[in-house]
Amino acid sequence: MLAYILKRLLLVLPVTLSVALVCFLLVHIAPGDPLISVLPPDASAELADQMRKAYGFDQPLPVQFGIWVWKALHGDLGASIATGRPVLDEVSHAVGNTVRLALIAAIIGFSLGIVFGFLSGYFHDRWYGRAFTALAITGVSVPHYWLGMVLVIIFSVLLGWLPAVGAAPGGSAAWAWDWAHIQYLILPAITMAVIPTGIVTRTIRALVADLLSQEFVMALRAKGLPESRVFRHIAKNAAPAAIAVMGLQLGYLLGGSILIETVFSWPGTGLLLNSAIFQRDLPLLQGTILVLALFFVALNLLVDILQAVIDPRIKRS
Amino acid sequence: MSAVSTEFGIAAPAIRAGYWSGVRRRLARDRVSIVCAAILLAIVLAAIFAPYLGLADPYLGSMIRRLKPIGTPGYPLGTDELGRDMLSRLIYGGRLSLLIGLTPVALAFVIGGMLGILAGYVGGLVNQCIMRTADIFYAFPSVLLAIAISGALGAGIVNSLLSLTIVFIPPILRIAESVTTSVRTLDFVDAARSSGASAFTIIRVHILGNVLGPIFVYATSLISVCMILGAGLSFLGLGTKPPEPEWGLMLNTLRTAIYINPGVAALPGAMIFIVSIAFNLLSDGLRSALDVRG
Amino acid sequence: MFAAEFLEPAEDVGGPAQPLLEARRLTKHFIRGSRLFAGKRAVVRAVDDVSFSIVKGEVLSVVGESGCGKSTLARLLIGLIEPNRGEIIFDGELVREALTLRVLRRRVQMVFQDSYASLNPRITIEETIAFGPKVNGAGNATACKIARDLLAKVGLEPNDFAGRYPHELSGGQRQRVNIARALALAPRLVILDEAVSALDKSVEAQVLNLLADLREQLGLTYLFISHDLDVVSFFSDRVMVMYLGEIVEIGTAYALFQETRHPYTQALLAAMPSSDPERRTAKPPITGDPPSPIAPPSGCRFHPRCAYAEAVCSVKAPQLGPIAAGHAVACHMAQAGSGHSRAGQPLQRQSLNA
Repeated sequence: MLAYILKRLLLVLPVTLSVALVCFLLVHIAPGDPLISVLPPDASAELADQMRKAYGFDQPLPVQFGIWVWKALHGDLGASIATGRPVLDEVSHAVGNTVRLALIAAIIGFSLGIVFGFLSGYFHDRWYGRAFTALAITGVSVPHYWLGMVLVIIFSVLLGWLPAVGAAPGGSAAWAWDWAHIQYLILPAITMAVIPTGIVTRTIRALVADLLSQEFVMALRAKGLPESRVFRHIAKNAAPAAIAVMGLQLGYLLGGSILIETVFSWPGTGLLLNSAIFQRDLPLLQGTILVLALFFVALNLLVDILQAVIDPRIKRS
Repeated sequence: MSAVSTEFGIAAPAIRAGYWSGVRRRLARDRVSIVCAAILLAIVLAAIFAPYLGLADPYLGSMIRRLKPIGTPGYPLGTDELGRDMLSRLIYGGRLSLLIGLTPVALAFVIGGMLGILAGYVGGLVNQCIMRTADIFYAFPSVLLAIAISGALGAGIVNSLLSLTIVFIPPILRIAESVTTSVRTLDFVDAARSSGASAFTIIRVHILGNVLGPIFVYATSLISVCMILGAGLSFLGLGTKPPEPEWGLMLNTLRTAIYINPGVAALPGAMIFIVSIAFNLLSDGLRSALDVRG
Repeated sequence: MFAAEFLEPAEDVGGPAQPLLEARRLTKHFIRGSRLFAGKRAVVRAVDDVSFSIVKGEVLSVVGESGCGKSTLARLLIGLIEPNRGEIIFDGELVREALTLRVLRRRVQMVFQDSYASLNPRITIEETIAFGPKVNGAGNATACKIARDLLAKVGLEPNDFAGRYPHELSGGQRQRVNIARALALAPRLVILDEAVSALDKSVEAQVLNLLADLREQLGLTYLFISHDLDVVSFFSDRVMVMYLGEIVEIGTAYALFQETRHPYTQALLAAMPSSDPERRTAKPPITGDPPSPIAPPSGCRFHPRCAYAEAVCSVKAPQLGPIAAGHAVACHMAQAGSGHSRAGQPLQRQSLNA
């Protein structure tokens, strides 16, 4: 198992480097001179040259990449063109909000998903089992940004129970776990939880249905084992694959939050990405994507290691 | 001779029981899939023949007719924020939305499928190169990758199509490689190789028939994701540009109208939802039909 | 090209004295495990320095436990895998030099073990059999005629079976199709890799009879791989016993079954189930687990499980040496002056009774 973990850790390095390369290249596949977004429209040729040197755009690409990576390792992701503040500051500020939202959504989504998954797996031939399956399919088919809008329509516009946008009363930056703040969290979290619920339900349902049909379950029952103990066996067998899927879903929640955050104006990395795109704020765009992608890579690594720890088949290979 | 051919009293079946005819039969019995297919067909046909359906002009708006509610005489589904007829916009919108939802998956199926089958059959260094390259893109969550590429390239339908195709090639490639690798180890492939056939012939005769089914089913399961993601790009302003009718863009422009006319504002999303769930159910039905052994 | 011409087997180049196939020092190693961690790599010695020949028209059987290298050997002989070392000579011509692989494929064909994986489930039987000829230049019509003729030859009524799919056939019928497919290129040597192992006994008997008939009709030579010694004793002219990638004994069927000289062969024979009430097995004929082919024991590979092992057996590996006409053994006991106390003496009949 140690060999597997070491090998996995070793693999992270080329992956991280490639991710960094893609992030770096993104900006350079953008049409037009990256300098345009920085310069005032009537800038003189001298000013353009100065800025070009300052941002390092005059160097050959591989050199630029090297410089960028070097700086990134030292925590310098450049400065946002729009606000002038360091990119890392902007991102770290926003990340907290996104992580908070994603974690709550994950907790809701995974718990519901596990429950629904087991229920529909065990009772897949009864109507209520099939109802959960239908629910799951609905969950993965619904455009979540539209669902957010619908929830806002119902709970904010029509009923007035919950706020429609923002993360805190008065737009303040600090977070506290009181109702004044939590009420802003509810709708976005529920909206975000829908897709993970659907996917986790489907995954666990498939795993459980497959396990139940296997001979070892028949053997356990024939031995006279009470159903609750059989259930524990099934849960233990389903755990590794289920955890892998849940880890992946958490990664998607963290990295793909832009749509929900746009609907709810939630001040997280997604919203940051949004404004970076529309203001052509390339350093901010690059930096945010890099951080989010690296989060995803780290999460995948954790999930793989966790799987190695709990799945005896990998442990012993 | 005849004594041998009825060894165990097995009579020749009356119907030719090929694999695909079995799939067709099972699908025909699956009511859910039939209903979904019918709904999708209706939407697709309406989108294609929109100009002949006697609809109002989807681009013609009027400021006095803005945001009329559903059920207004003359405007059965109301009007949007610029006074354009919603029914017409939704049907015409199907053209772009379906295009953005289907084309990337189709392209990814062809490209990813070819690369994956190649990687699976040839193995070795070629396999490693192809799969490691795909892994790089797998290191990004798909939404992030689509938005990153779209964001970098700029708004527009072509850029959306491009970025979505890139996002969907790696998953299809992975499935194609995995299925091809498992088929390649079977004895009948060895038998084909030992008859001296070229790799191309073996892939054509023996591999394709056994791998295209699972790859295709997997690709159909991606259509709903592509539709949602594609419309999402337009929702963010990265895809279709106004005044083109397209469901994601319409959701975006109608957002501010939720306070005035929530019903109309929610309509485009409902269309995305219906098409998406229909594709998902159809894909599941297809998977069950293909799944039975033999 | 007419069907009859296509089915004409290639001419006999070397004459009756020339062995049809000669394997010289064939070796195949597989490397298991990641290449990143050198030293952690496991080398599987699937086939190790194997030399033997096959006489024209005979049935040579290869027996051994799983993992002894039989299937790898089969794939080496048919050209599906390349050996690390060694040569194959077919009817006097060196394979991969004088004889190209493409031509070899017309001379040597294989019948696989019946499993769902031996026939492409998506194409008809006729298409499966016709594939070989088509690939080698036969036209569509010719290839189909060949397929139908062969179906008739193996006992399947062509009009009934040609359009069927594999899942519509029973195990015995599938094996007949396998045989027909192998014959479609008119080979001279047919390798049967556990071809009857998965069949019910009655069906197995029918297929074996078919194979015997075909051998006579078409002048074929067989390499018969099996783990079932009863079938082997009935079907073979000569028998070769393999253990962990090496040949331990080879000789005529009579010599091997009646004058066994290798302890492993003896153990295999003793392990055959018998309904003779006089032959009761109280002691297991062989003890210990078969060692893995990754780290074979030093010296004679069989010595940890051998009842007669002595010091020399763990140090020096015995060479395959002749002890009588057409009978060779790789064992220190068979070679006088090897250092073994029982060298030169024939084996005792091992008593398995309590």
